[in-house]
Amino acid sequence: MRVGLFIPCYVNQFYPQVGIATLQLLEKFGCEVDYPLAQTCCGQPMANSGYESLTGNCNELFTKNFSSFDYIVCPSGSCVLHIKEHLHSAKDRTAATAIRRNVYELTEFLTDVLNVDRLQAAFPYKVGLHQSCHGQRGLHLSQMSELVAKPYSKPERLLNMVEGLELIELDRKDECCGFGGTFCVTEEAVSVKMGKDRVRDHEAHGADYITGADMSCLMHLQGILKRQGSKVQVKHIAEILNAQ
Amino acid sequence: MSNSNHHTDHATLAEKFNRDEARVNWHDETLWFIRQKRDRAAWSLGNEWEPLRETASAIKAHTLSNLSDYLQQFEKAAQQNGITVHWAADGEEHNRIVHGILAKHNATQLVKSKSMLTEECHLNDYLKEKGVEVIDTDLGERIVQLAEEHPSHIVLPCIHWKKEEIGELFHKHLGSPEGVIDPSFLTNTARVHLREKFLTRRVAITGVNFAIAETGEFVVCTNEGNADMGAHLSDVHIACMGIEKLIPKREHLGVFLRLLARSATGQPITTYSSHFKKPREGQEMHLVLVDNGRSTQLGREDFRNSLKCIRCGACFNTCPVYRRSGGHSYHTAIAGPIGSILAPNLDMRQYKDLPFASTLCGSCSNVCPVKINIHEQLYQWRQVLTEEGYQPKSKTVAMKAMAATLSKPSLFSIAGKWGRKVMGLVPGLVSNRLNPWYKQREMPAPPEQSFTEWYKQNRKGGKS
Ligand code: SF4
Repeated sequence: MRVGLFIPCYVNQFYPQVGIATLQLLEKFGCEVDYPLAQTCCGQPMANSGYESLTGNCNELFTKNFSSFDYIVCPSGSCVLHIKEHLHSAKDRTAATAIRRNVYELTEFLTDVLNVDRLQAAFPYKVGLHQSCHGQRGLHLSQMSELVAKPYSKPERLLNMVEGLELIELDRKDECCGFGGTFCVTEEAVSVKMGKDRVRDHEAHGADYITGADMSCLMHLQGILKRQGSKVQVKHIAEILNAQ
Repeated sequence: MSNSNHHTDHATLAEKFNRDEARVNWHDETLWFIRQKRDRAAWSLGNEWEPLRETASAIKAHTLSNLSDYLQQFEKAAQQNGITVHWAADGEEHNRIVHGILAKHNATQLVKSKSMLTEECHLNDYLKEKGVEVIDTDLGERIVQLAEEHPSHIVLPCIHWKKEEIGELFHKHLGSPEGVIDPSFLTNTARVHLREKFLTRRVAITGVNFAIAETGEFVVCTNEGNADMGAHLSDVHIACMGIEKLIPKREHLGVFLRLLARSATGQPITTYSSHFKKPREGQEMHLVLVDNGRSTQLGREDFRNSLKCIRCGACFNTCPVYRRSGGHSYHTAIAGPIGSILAPNLDMRQYKDLPFASTLCGSCSNVCPVKINIHEQLYQWRQVLTEEGYQPKSKTVAMKAMAATLSKPSLFSIAGKWGRKVMGLVPGLVSNRLNPWYKQREMPAPPEQSFTEWYKQNRKGGKS
């Protein structure tokens, strides 16, 4: 099984440890992983700002980089959702269609493709799971509180396999953190207020760490935690699932 | 709207709202409480809930794709029932029609209940200028009217008012004792005040929740019963409705009535679901059918579904941005997520900010009882606003630069390396008050190496 590793641009630049953890995890489960060095970004920052029309070149580059893999895996629900919904290629339509079908967010890949039911990981802390909206409501990584439907959660199921880890309950289990791409600067006041409220929910329930499947949300929450001088830290779910 | 806020945008108004954090918390929690009530009401129907939403959405889709036929069928049936039917192309014409009816009867006073449409058309301001006194009879609407404000929520118009403030307002305008904040006392004060209005006004305006093409009747859903009180005591009843309020048959009504109140407030059904079919003996009944941009929206394929809206307000209550920015920050009669996809259809220039007043979290689409893909339409409006040239030039320039960098891997890696270096060497460059990120958040600490650099060092055979 040849897996193409897709690392979001800001993770590549600011959170290399998340890329490393993702790669090591996939290797542990026997995947043959390749990281195309010429990758940049999925184009989401432009598209969500209203400039999907400018993402043509990004799309072509992405298609070229990832057309030769059985699966494409990425530690971000948001970037995966963008590719799934908006990747098009004028040069190679077949490849783009295949990529849209074969691109997976890390926890859904571990759950649905690799059928992981055991992990060798330990993380003896109280952990709050932040559901990133694009992963949850877009990729359906877990059930959404608005729907009258049976609960499930792919990230939670994996976290429960980690030794010593205690998942905490939250008052609002799937409220948006307010990152929202450029929203975090264009609507600074509301964005920060949303983030502060998320942080407070985790703190009130005694979290040592906030985790999630999207580093962008965690970066936003981390910025707030640090400013407030909080002891609570953020950690991407890949790092926890890979923790020894 | 004739709101003094119209020249400024959502972000600015939201920032103002957020200066009083305790109030934001209170607003957020009040609305979240209603969202939770909605959840419990939905769960109480168990397996029926999601199919009900599906059915409602399908009935509306069918109606919208045959709207002109159903409108004509409805008009004919209503006329046969003795209702006078009027057609208004826009808000202005709607207001003229209403005023014409009033003038014919020499009426200079009227009572009104349950109509967001008249808010949309700015009827109150129009009639005020013509010397007509309008009394909004629903408690929430009356409160914002006394305060010379506009509703901040389509179902809970004065949700932004605390009971202490209402007590003060009533003391000032209705003569209740100073300092009294007991809700039932205040409600009673309003009731006494309104009773006199009901008994003396000859004309009543109501909104319409559902109009039934087959029978020519319309249904008004309320909790306070003021629509009934006004309509039944009046000599002239004027009902105003958007053309999208239609449903084909009476048997479809049950689907919507079950969804509406559960989605709106978590009640199984509104206290009153009043059917109006024909004028009572000696009474005149008018129905004004208003387009005001609706057929334009119907013609926009990506946005057509927004006309399915039954104005339950559930998308407001669940919206994490609405809860923390307040209805007035949307500077339009219909705020919230649905307002943000309806308003640009009416005026892209004035409402170009609204599709960006969202994180695209998608909670709105999930609660919507008629399954409008609200967050997808917000995304789509952003694209349209760019195409139509409503984005600021500076943003376009920045986006083009970003697109150029991201299309060239070599440029991207240089920019990334440079960016991390500079952040490390001169942290003040990004960590300053001019950077909106930094105002209340720390920047991430730049690492030594990017993942790409690490990969090249640690894994052989990286595909380039
Ligand atoms: S868009 Fe849907 S949820 Fe929002 S008010 Fe309309 S019907 Fe209700």
